[in-house]
Amino acid sequence: MKKSLWLSLAGTLVAGIVALGIGCALAAEPVKIGVYYPMTGPSAVYGQIGYKGLQLAQKDRPEVLGRKVELFLTDNKSDKVESANAVSRLIQKNKVDAIIGGLTSSNTLSGAPVAEKAKVPMISPWATNPVVTQNKQYIFRACFIDPFQGFVGAKFARENLKAKNAAVLIDITQDYCVGIANFFMKNFEKMGGKVVAKLHYNTGDLDFTAQLTSIKGKNPDVIYCPGYFKELALIARQAREAGIKAPILSGDAAQADELIKIGGKAVEGLSFTTHFDEMGVTTEAGKKFVKAFRSAYPDITPDSVSALSYDTYNILLDAMERAGSTDKDKVRAELEKTANFEGVTGVMTMKNHDMVKPAVILTVKDGKFKWLATVRP
Amino acid sequence: MTVQLFLQQLINGLGLGSLYGLIAIGYTMVYGILRLINFAHGDVMMMSTYFAFFGISMFSLPWWLAALVAMLLTALLGIAIDQGAYRPLRRAPRISALITAIGVSFFLENASLVVFGSRPRAFHRPAIFEPVWEIGSISVLSLTVYTIFITLALLVLVYIIVYRTRMGMAMRAVSRDMHTVPLMGIDLNRVIAFTFGMGSALAAVGGILWAMKYPQIEPLMGIIPGLKAFVAAVLGGIGNVFGAVLGGFILGITEIMLVAFWPELSGYRDAFAFLLLILVLLFRPTGIMGEELPE
Repeated sequence: MKKSLWLSLAGTLVAGIVALGIGCALAAEPVKIGVYYPMTGPSAVYGQIGYKGLQLAQKDRPEVLGRKVELFLTDNKSDKVESANAVSRLIQKNKVDAIIGGLTSSNTLSGAPVAEKAKVPMISPWATNPVVTQNKQYIFRACFIDPFQGFVGAKFARENLKAKNAAVLIDITQDYCVGIANFFMKNFEKMGGKVVAKLHYNTGDLDFTAQLTSIKGKNPDVIYCPGYFKELALIARQAREAGIKAPILSGDAAQADELIKIGGKAVEGLSFTTHFDEMGVTTEAGKKFVKAFRSAYPDITPDSVSALSYDTYNILLDAMERAGSTDKDKVRAELEKTANFEGVTGVMTMKNHDMVKPAVILTVKDGKFKWLATVRP
Repeated sequence: MTVQLFLQQLINGLGLGSLYGLIAIGYTMVYGILRLINFAHGDVMMMSTYFAFFGISMFSLPWWLAALVAMLLTALLGIAIDQGAYRPLRRAPRISALITAIGVSFFLENASLVVFGSRPRAFHRPAIFEPVWEIGSISVLSLTVYTIFITLALLVLVYIIVYRTRMGMAMRAVSRDMHTVPLMGIDLNRVIAFTFGMGSALAAVGGILWAMKYPQIEPLMGIIPGLKAFVAAVLGGIGNVFGAVLGGFILGITEIMLVAFWPELSGYRDAFAFLLLILVLLFRPTGIMGEELPE
């Protein structure tokens, strides 16, 4: 009798220790979120400020489901091939539970199929090209899509800028630019405007005098150039040097401090549609974010990419909380059901894996970004 | 395409071509004396823009002084690259020096990415180069016109140095027969160092004028201009400084005209330069002004 008592006591003790051990291991196991952002290359500006937004989000909310959150940052070098490689690495080597990224539509389009095939949920904070989430089960985004953004741009051009003719200058190496320009042109013409010129350039081009000379000849009321800030700054300068007085309208890729630093006087009056501005916050979360960002990074203006990154982190963590686990299919299902999420960039609801939320229109005035309007969907 | 439009694009093309020409002179001189294509030259041009940038922003130098200091620092950089990377390989097969040049190029690019960061910086364009001159319906940036004249003036200076000084004579001698020259009592390494210094200083002028024209600098900015300047040097006849500038002008003008006449082809503007290189190598490898040099 004594022997069996000892045995059962020992058994219980061992079982207890093993259970404790397993429990500790599980509790200690962090939630792994992979991040693939452009930290170098032409889009580095967005990646660097976006990651600051993510780090702030992690600082404000370091745990989910009682476990620590670990971010695995990979640099996609602003390159499509690197993006696909980065996502592969995150899934196979780091075995992440979910992925945040990419930022540009082109790179997200490259990384998405890899995540979709591996059935890992992925949210892009900033990619607005509609094709990114089309026919995908595991790919989501935290922002609006370009059919909406192009519509907002066209409406602004027709109603606020009173433009009858538009010249469109597109970066044909970027899926985002091609997509949003098409939506702008369709909507602009539906609203009674006329597109008088449609010209191309490549990412990395420095000289736009040939295209601008052609545009000058067509005498448009507005130039729609939804490019990334680097080329946009030079385009604005060269347009003014060529004697073109028409206002320039752009999209959310224009929002970077460097646009003003490099563009100087030439970008005064340049307007663009985007996701977020610190002056146009509509939510409490937004106000808190601006304060936290400013105190953490006093010299940097909180912009759309950082705000959306912050929101993406919380959208993902909320989905995990609702799912009660990091099981990829459960998280995926909860992401689909995201509704009335109060984020930094507004109140938003997931529809077909895209967020329905308002857009803001900013302009450059006196060397600073100035909020003009918020447009609800 | 009206006459005025054509003239405007011609001036733009000459301006762009001048920049290619200034960088091409460095390529052609180094090739002439060492038979080495210094692939790091484009990145040397990039370094010059950063030297000037820091001179203006960190040391608050007036732009012309920052430019002069940058030229000097770039010349020293060129000499240092030669002394450190190419000189130990003087007697090695040419392919070794070529690979080293590519290595130096990667080194400069990646070191700059780490030290300077990848975010583009705004380069200051001095007030004297800001005005846009309106002649009829043509708008020309004053900087473009100044660039053309500065390039021509420097070309005259290079001619004087290469054809009217003893150092120039030594340089021409080295390009004819590198290994006999020391037998004539000339310090070979000094001549080579001088060539690198001069070529790099000219690249610095090109780089700073480039940064004033397209006022943003970043560590990878030297790759494409460097490659195009190489094409210009081959087009004009590698080894010939006049050819380098002529090649630069031709390349600049055709590149601008291509996009002006056929805006749909603007995506191919870089590809066009390399197509030109292939055609030159196929049909006239010595270039326009090249001489058949004995091997």
